[in-house]
Amino acid sequence: MTEETNAPRSLLYLDGVSVSFDGFKALNSLSLVIEPGELRAIIGPNGAGKTTMMDVITGKTRPDTGTVLFEDTIDLTKRDEADIAQLGIGRKFQKPTVFESHTVWDNLELALNRPRGVYSTLFYRLSGEDKDRIEEILATIRLSHRKDELAANLSHGQKQWLEIGMLLAQEPKLLLVDEPVAGMTDAETAETAVLLREIARTRSVVVVEHDMGFIRDLGVKVTCLAEGSVLAEGSIDFVSSDPKVIENYLGR
Amino acid sequence: MITSFVLRALNGRITITIAILLAVAALVPALNILVPPGNPFHIPTYAVSLMGKYLCYALLALALDLVWGYCGILSLGHGAFFALGGYAMGMYLMRQIGPRGVYGDPILPDFMVFLNWKELPWFWYGFDMFPFAMLMVLLVPGLLAFVFGWFAFRSRVNGVYLSIITQAMTYALMLAFFRNDMGFGGNNGLTDYKEILGFSVQAQGTRAVLFAASAVMLALCLLLASAIVNSKFGKVLVGVRDAESRVRFLGFRVENIKLFTFVVSAMMAGVAGALFVPQVGIINPGEFAPANSIEVVVWTAVGGRGTLMGPIIGAVLVNAGKSFFTGAFPEFWLFALGGLFIAVTLFLPKGIVGTVEKYWQARKATRKASETSRGGDVLTAQPQAAE
Repeated sequence: MTEETNAPRSLLYLDGVSVSFDGFKALNSLSLVIEPGELRAIIGPNGAGKTTMMDVITGKTRPDTGTVLFEDTIDLTKRDEADIAQLGIGRKFQKPTVFESHTVWDNLELALNRPRGVYSTLFYRLSGEDKDRIEEILATIRLSHRKDELAANLSHGQKQWLEIGMLLAQEPKLLLVDEPVAGMTDAETAETAVLLREIARTRSVVVVEHDMGFIRDLGVKVTCLAEGSVLAEGSIDFVSSDPKVIENYLGR
Repeated sequence: MITSFVLRALNGRITITIAILLAVAALVPALNILVPPGNPFHIPTYAVSLMGKYLCYALLALALDLVWGYCGILSLGHGAFFALGGYAMGMYLMRQIGPRGVYGDPILPDFMVFLNWKELPWFWYGFDMFPFAMLMVLLVPGLLAFVFGWFAFRSRVNGVYLSIITQAMTYALMLAFFRNDMGFGGNNGLTDYKEILGFSVQAQGTRAVLFAASAVMLALCLLLASAIVNSKFGKVLVGVRDAESRVRFLGFRVENIKLFTFVVSAMMAGVAGALFVPQVGIINPGEFAPANSIEVVVWTAVGGRGTLMGPIIGAVLVNAGKSFFTGAFPEFWLFALGGLFIAVTLFLPKGIVGTVEKYWQARKATRKASETSRGGDVLTAQPQAAE
């Protein structure tokens, strides 16, 4: 045995995954590999199966067939959402989903990767270490000045960042981000690209996005999905010049 | 660890409410017993029991607030847990009658003799002992809530569907308890109590103590509920109410969170029922009626859900109103109740306490804003309402 075989070769491994709803094939034998530390963008037209793919990875939807492995060995199809989150997969929803009646600080405190049982949360006390960690995340997501405000009072873009911050607090190994810049201003979009690249330095990130300018900003490997399977994979220039991609997604 | 858990519960308002409840627990019995009947400050015994009843309802509403106001589970069957606690207490009181019943059987309650039963059913064993009965007051509603919640929350039954099955649960229990062969006295229920812990249930002193016990128990449960909602667990609870899937994807087991809260709440409701029964002198299947559980929702909504104090205020006010109306204009009570619910939904969606709270916050915000603008920092003084 060499040393290389011990380190996981893939963080996330999907092979031949199919999901159908009432006869409609949302995913059709989808295969995808995400390596540790990778930042990957996923594009595709509406109904290509991007969100369904995230549902399968995070345990919300069970695939009909196919393999979904995390770190080469853990079968994600046998786990539920809470389990998978605890394994280290964080998910950001398309629509920003934060706890609106809690303060920004409390949102992050809840997301911190600490024991999540009934007993531990009943008797939880904020330690200095946890405090520092929250402050640190607040700085990363540029919300330090609004930490005591209710999340409901944040702007749309700030809610998106807060949700990303909550995922960071979860300390995931893999972050799935669904359309992070939808509804953002250009300045916010550019800032989000910086933020995601910063995050991707320490963990793998998969970004689903429609905004081609944003993906160009990220400058990473791109996978284009259509009709539930992979159409093309490679650099943004390679993918966007692929005739199949142009026909299915970009349009002539 | 426990101390910090409890201390966190004692924010200003909760401390004041608990202090008021404890003062009431001492003052009302004193005015009843120590002040002679002719004096204008005298509280007659019937009024003491009536107020004790309100406090039991307040405890029931508090229990509902924990699951509905904080966790978003609209239970339309909380009356069932209340009634089960009441039945457990009723069974103890029946066993205390002993040979003094109409038929004079030393063991069997009257209704069993009447049904020509020869021996006590197994589920009546142990109820002659007060501690056992009190344990059952907690365990029976708790167990029902556990089994019910286990299936409902695991299968992710949510929203209106959950409300409907809780309603079905209390309705099914009502039908079951109406049956004579269930062994709980059929439609007459359990009544004709004589003694509790050796004291006559009719006596003035006993009634005063039962009132005090209700007030103290309400204060204790308020403390517990406040400790729960002010812990990190309580924040998760509100998270479940507002964005359940987010909580799930953060790695929390939502079903366990709901189950714990539902069971604690059911036990509180059971305690309320147990304190209620000796004060009104009867428990019958009518307590399981779906309409009762819906009334609890009205009290909670009127007072303000998700505020802990609101349901207590709501329950006392609505029931005092009910006592007044059913005495003065009996035929109009249901219209008044319906009208009240509509009015609260339309004009006070946050209930009494929620509305007052909002008003105070708005006042504080404007005051803060005017202070900062005087300080010259115009940028941060933007009114919130502009958004």
